[in-house]
Amino acid sequence: MSDKTLSPSQANRRLVVGAMASAAAALAAPAIVRAQPNVLRIGHLTPRTGFLGPMGEYAVMGATLAMEEVNAAGGALGRPFEILFEDSVNPQTASTKAQRMVERDKVDFLVGEISSASGLAISQVATRAQKMFMQTGCNSDELRGKNCSRYMFHLEANNSMYVRTIGREMLRQNMVKGKRWMAFTADYAFGHDLFEKTKRFMDENGAIFISNDMVPTDATEFSSLILKVRQQRPDLVMSNLAGNSTTNFMKQYKEFNLPIPLAGADLNAVSIWGAGEGSFQGAWPIIWTHQVNAPSAKAFTERFTKRWGRPPDNQAVADYLAVKILARAIQETKSVDTQKLITYLESGVKFDVLRAREGYFRPWDHQLMFEMYTVKPVAGKAGSKWDVMETSAPVPGPNESLEVLAPTQQENACKFS
Amino acid sequence: MHDGITGQLEHWEKALANEFVFLIEQVINGLLMGVYYLLIALGLSIIFSLGGVVNLAHGALFAIGAYMMVQITDIAGYGVAFIASPLIVAALGMLLERLFLRHFYKADPVLSLLFTFGLAMIIEQALRMVFGASPLQFNVPNFARGQLMLGDFMYPYYRLAMLAVASVALLLTWLLLNKTAFGKVVKAGVSDPDMVRALGISLAPVLTGVCGIGIGLAGLAGVLLAPISGVHPAMGQEIMTAAFVVVVIGGLGSFWGVVVAALLVGVIRGLTTYFYPPASEASLYILMLAVLLLRPRGLMGERMDRLE
Repeated sequence: MSDKTLSPSQANRRLVVGAMASAAAALAAPAIVRAQPNVLRIGHLTPRTGFLGPMGEYAVMGATLAMEEVNAAGGALGRPFEILFEDSVNPQTASTKAQRMVERDKVDFLVGEISSASGLAISQVATRAQKMFMQTGCNSDELRGKNCSRYMFHLEANNSMYVRTIGREMLRQNMVKGKRWMAFTADYAFGHDLFEKTKRFMDENGAIFISNDMVPTDATEFSSLILKVRQQRPDLVMSNLAGNSTTNFMKQYKEFNLPIPLAGADLNAVSIWGAGEGSFQGAWPIIWTHQVNAPSAKAFTERFTKRWGRPPDNQAVADYLAVKILARAIQETKSVDTQKLITYLESGVKFDVLRAREGYFRPWDHQLMFEMYTVKPVAGKAGSKWDVMETSAPVPGPNESLEVLAPTQQENACKFS
Repeated sequence: MHDGITGQLEHWEKALANEFVFLIEQVINGLLMGVYYLLIALGLSIIFSLGGVVNLAHGALFAIGAYMMVQITDIAGYGVAFIASPLIVAALGMLLERLFLRHFYKADPVLSLLFTFGLAMIIEQALRMVFGASPLQFNVPNFARGQLMLGDFMYPYYRLAMLAVASVALLLTWLLLNKTAFGKVVKAGVSDPDMVRALGISLAPVLTGVCGIGIGLAGLAGVLLAPISGVHPAMGQEIMTAAFVVVVIGGLGSFWGVVVAALLVGVIRGLTTYFYPPASEASLYILMLAVLLLRPRGLMGERMDRLE
């Protein structure tokens, strides 16, 4: 082999080294930070690329809109918000970037994230630095239990809430007792936790568990797995997949057109829209859609659509609320002191969470309590490409406690140290 | 008692026959996946063998093919998009060669790697900026929906049609490279470019043509995959790794090597997904490792003096 030409494997190796060198250089280079002593700076980290990237884009839109609204109203205590947006990529990068935001950019708060693995990494940085981290997209129960932190607040529902929401729907459809369930699960922290909760639900309610396959997050082809479904003939296929995988799985499941119903334990509106009319199918839990029937939700959808040219998804809502809740907490406590803000949020104060009922943070695990929904394909022709789904009435119902779906202190103990 | 045993045996026999049908389905499915990889890997391989350029932007051009398909279908319908999209991507490929790649043929290969790597990132980010990060809605056209049923065997029509289209494209490429004057020049150019030039044949238009064909095939793969895979900015990145593995396993410069490697990778990945999904992505690299240990030049890699 002359030095003139490289085999692809060598080329790849050189490329990786080169890419790592340039990444290191980028990390080391000082960013241009504008000197505005008056601003309140938020560090926003979320995946912008990779299989969770589509949700990250909405997260940024939601947070930006909230910041613009806060600043248009004169800021919090008269101080405008400024948000530094970064792609969190993976847990290692998320941790490095969070550290840099805290130490060099002197951010006052951290907001964002979707991957539970990266969320844990950011929470560790936030806890060491004693900064609040409003986490907006990580589902893993462990983040509220074993790995909980006094500095982390959860605007995303946890896996137990998702599983019990869809579980109720499955019980209603009589798809649980004595029915054979087959599951596919995203092979990382979130998926493992979600499968554990799904399995617990099956065991508690008499479903028969056939099999679960852990699927790599970068898988794009599900035909082999779908053929396997056909062979096993379960009564229900349960998707515990995430992000782009959910879209691809739905499209391909429709293509094979098996007569076996599909349900899922986690869904983002982005996956519904990606699959579109004709491919979106089954019953799924979701924390919010633009179809939610509440005045504040409708007004928000209108503002968001005007600003960005498309309706908001569930992720945009979580990041929007995180920034708005921070602004209100600062305003009410007349302080930016982390400890005072935490005490305020733990006090059970109610917030408009763009749903029919107001929400609040549980003091012992910092989970925001709110109504959830299930979605299924719209009956008949969709009004627009954004309305291929139909959103259910809120779960839990109007006469129930918001906490009936969330894990209890015994089920998911959290000790703030 | 006796009946019981016979009954048991019959039951097992039936179960075994069933298992066999499912296995056949998985193998066919794997072959089909191999054909996708092949459409991408073949272009990579011919561009590399002739010009020495490892085109890391190949996956991004595949993504452009898929985006074209979605956009043109909206304006002019599925049929027009199906024909136009790969041709537009091929034209882009030729333009790319004319404007940029040709300056790298005699340069240090690291330069073309860096250039095409940068280009891939620019294309991906441009797609993200123009169309957003979310996957675009696009589904199998109504006329191609439905499944072929043969006893226990079942397979969607769309995938079978894909297999047919891809096979025709590959056959045409093979005929072009092996049965035409153009192909002879390409072959001669691969083994001894200096001699070709000495004979007074200009390689420049041939190289442009080869890039057009190679990149056009990637565009065609994008067109075929758009309805069954998510159309999103990073879709090219995802398929590139598999395509590289195929080229390395097949051996550089060998048409049939790449064909065999692609089918092998498809089947092995499919079967791994069936038997043990967590290892499905890793199976490619284990296969590559095994092949390279036994045959460092790949399955059918030819000895090319300028590469030794």
